[in-house]
Amino acid sequence: MFSNFFADPTTLLLGAITGLVFGFLLQKGGVTRYNVIVRQFLFRDFTVLKTMLTAIIVGAIGIYAMLALGMIEGLHVKTAALMMNLLGGAIFGVGMVLLGYCPGTAVAAAGQGSRDALVGIAGGLVGALAYAEAYPWISKNIEPVANFGKITFPGISHVSPWLFIVPLALIASALFYWLERREHTVPRAA
Amino acid sequence: MANPIRLPRWSPYVVGAGIGILSWATFYFMNKALGTSTSFVGASGALLCTVACDHVEQNAYMVKTLGAKGGGFKPVFDWQMALVLMMAIGAFISAWFGRTFRVERVPTLWQSRFGPSVAKRYAAAFVGGVILIFGARMADGCTSGHGISGGLQLAVSSWTFFAAMFATGIITAFALYGRGSKEVTDVQ
Repeated sequence: MFSNFFADPTTLLLGAITGLVFGFLLQKGGVTRYNVIVRQFLFRDFTVLKTMLTAIIVGAIGIYAMLALGMIEGLHVKTAALMMNLLGGAIFGVGMVLLGYCPGTAVAAAGQGSRDALVGIAGGLVGALAYAEAYPWISKNIEPVANFGKITFPGISHVSPWLFIVPLALIASALFYWLERREHTVPRAA
Repeated sequence: MANPIRLPRWSPYVVGAGIGILSWATFYFMNKALGTSTSFVGASGALLCTVACDHVEQNAYMVKTLGAKGGGFKPVFDWQMALVLMMAIGAFISAWFGRTFRVERVPTLWQSRFGPSVAKRYAAAFVGGVILIFGARMADGCTSGHGISGGLQLAVSSWTFFAAMFATGIITAFALYGRGSKEVTDVQ
């Protein structure tokens, strides 16, 4: 495992720059705060949803445009083993609220001085090992259930991706408009 | 106009757009999608490897995740590991210049419900971390890999993850804090 421990310097440099920007943005957005993340799930603060939906829509426009223009080699879609995605996501949601950070924001939170995030990262390392131990059973009993491979919504419905992106952008804009109006008319609950 | 680096907070729309554009860059220049939780597998495997390497190298999940195609292992310290580690530095820079850096052991929302005990908060954070990464590895991604990267690619796996995560997150949050829990507002 340690025989070739480091990737090549260019790869590491590109990863480092990406991480620097990503961590910076997340912290400026406030989504590295326990209070902001947990309040999202209590419907008291919508910063997380606003940030994620905007990232998804802006990202989707660029990625699908570059794909159509042949500027990128292809997509990086994860396997739709739906029982795994569903159960894993359900377990993840519990952990995210208990810890108050997700894996990436926990690391970023550590950088802003949140000590509890560091403890969460330690727990995460144990969680990864626990999953590795459980994997032989999971791969036999859960992974094959509803496993459809690397599929996307435009791929399975044989329609243009823009028929998903444009409506998503419209729905999100309406939601943002409604949220902003509500936040600016109702005084923030103390 | 104030220097944006000095501002404590940016609009979530600006930050979201920035993350979206950052994903264009990772796809275009690096042929990669943003993600973070795989690094927890590499880091934990490498740590355990210092005491029980055979056990790690024979584990089916470690081989699946970190194994190279022709046998042996891919570099554990890879693109994503560099990314994840530098996220802490990027956040530090943002917090330092925005004057929001502060050592915090018990977040105010937690304190308003569960009191000032650091041990209690750390215990929950640790258990939460275990559950979080276990779930992320089962789902094959987290809020960045599935939530953002998979979401923007309109992947079926990722939107399934997204829905499940929000559902149990909401249930857990209301179970912990209740509908009308009194909350001490903080400066953030």
